Amino acid sequence: MPQRALTGTRIRERRLARGVRQSDLARQVGVSPAYLNLIEHNRRRIGGKLLLDLADVLEVDVQALSEGAEGALIQTLREVAGVQGETTEELQQPEGFAGRFPAWAALMSEQHGRVRALERVVGVLSDRLAQDPFLSESLHEVLSTAASIRSTAAILSDDTLDPEWQARFRRNLGEDSTRLAGAAQSLIDHLDTSPADSAGQQLPQDEVETFLTDPAGMIAQLERAQIAQHAELVDTMVASPQLTSATAKTLAREMLLRFGQDAVALPFDVLQAAVERFGVDPGLLAAQTGADVAVVMRRLGVALTSPPRGPAGLVICDGSGTMVFRRALPGLEMPRFGGGCPLWPLYRALAQPGMPICDHVELPGQPVQRYVCFALCEVLPQGGFDQPPVRRSTMLILPPTPSDTVPSRPVAVGPSCRICPRETCAARREPSILAGGF
Amino acid sequence: MGRNVLLIEDEPNIIEAIRFILSRDGWDVRTHSDGTTAMDKVQQFAPDVVILDVMLPGRSGFDILREIRATGPLAALPVLMLTAKGQTRDREMAESLGVTQFMTKPFSNEDVLSAVRDMAEA
Repeated sequence: MPQRALTGTRIRERRLARGVRQSDLARQVGVSPAYLNLIEHNRRRIGGKLLLDLADVLEVDVQALSEGAEGALIQTLREVAGVQGETTEELQQPEGFAGRFPAWAALMSEQHGRVRALERVVGVLSDRLAQDPFLSESLHEVLSTAASIRSTAAILSDDTLDPEWQARFRRNLGEDSTRLAGAAQSLIDHLDTSPADSAGQQLPQDEVETFLTDPAGMIAQLERAQIAQHAELVDTMVASPQLTSATAKTLAREMLLRFGQDAVALPFDVLQAAVERFGVDPGLLAAQTGADVAVVMRRLGVALTSPPRGPAGLVICDGSGTMVFRRALPGLEMPRFGGGCPLWPLYRALAQPGMPICDHVELPGQPVQRYVCFALCEVLPQGGFDQPPVRRSTMLILPPTPSDTVPSRPVAVGPSCRICPRETCAARREPSILAGGF
Repeated sequence: MGRNVLLIEDEPNIIEAIRFILSRDGWDVRTHSDGTTAMDKVQQFAPDVVILDVMLPGRSGFDILREIRATGPLAALPVLMLTAKGQTRDREMAESLGVTQFMTKPFSNEDVLSAVRDMAEA
């Protein structure tokens, strides 16, 4: 593994190459030689005017001295120290560690990344194990059959058992053994996926999510077509081998048709021009373009190929809180089967139909993740006044920008209670499997 | 001490095994497999102990337990709940509804027998 020079090391190398004494350089930039020595040995962080002055005196581009790839490494090492809750002086100076042991530091960084990835997989699998109806049914079948076998076997172990009862319980045991073998095989078939698929590629919703990971291209095709041709075009799209079940095709079809209608209501060029001029506030864009707020949110979530803030997340749930569409941001896991954190604006919007909600939210972890969320619950009439309307909540998730006005207390949310480490949360409904940490 | 047990369970071989071990111990065991009409059987049979599965066709054991506790004369009826769903939340749910004892599958015959005896004597 190649060693990566840190900023201090680069400054020292450049100074020596130019034959400048440390004390002379320190005097020229207005610091003590001792302080410059700490900088050159990566014991002090450097940036701002001092770095500019050093680059100027050493006649080198500041970029050549400043932190590059190692900046991410240092940041990761700070995260590692933060996760362990350690505050010793040594752990607060990852620059020195990375400077002296770059290979170990890089390895630690990689391991930390792997731990984070595994934590996410655990969360997804836990969500699936807790909510997957097939798994629940299969496990119930296995445990019930095991209970019957255990009970029957114990009865049969009694040597004084009447022969008629013996025959009867032996028959039951045979039946249950066959049943258990079938249930176990069914369970294995369900779980027998490749490691890459182990976080859940089996359910129709998983297939749809993968299929619609980057739907901008398909939506652009729909926008170019006449609306009368949408159904036929969407049928062609959902014939993709990525969608293996009829349920997945139906779900993807409904979603694509909706996105197609949105594209007609708010064409790409109009959306892009409005975003460039007014930013990404869905309410403002709706007022400027005449489109519904929910349409604007969906368009921002799936149509823009180069959104101004980077990738956007979009989640849609029905009135029961069940996710019907989920396009999460990398590193942000939203539960698929409902049971999400009730503090998310997505769910709060359900209680306030038609009321736009904008919240800065904060997720636990190292580092803390913050997002800006826009949420709105639509009320969709169905039939006459004697039928309850259908509610559908949509939430657009955007990374914050430095220019955002962040409230002093962002809303502290989590992924879902089962995988949320916040111990004292009034909204908690069940213990976390992360209790005690990984 | 009464010796009547009503077993509400939908797995035939579990029914047969539990009925056998309890009958051999001197209990009068009645069985029922449908959740929807389970309450009728509880009131009709007036058992001393009820063994109740959680997952039943038509109606869950939790719902049945809730109605038992809300029915004046049955409010103190001992109920042993059997479940293949042993998660903490199911146990907590059963306890919040007033279950007398809670047992997860697979259980041992001795445990079931002991639980029924304890509840009847309490």
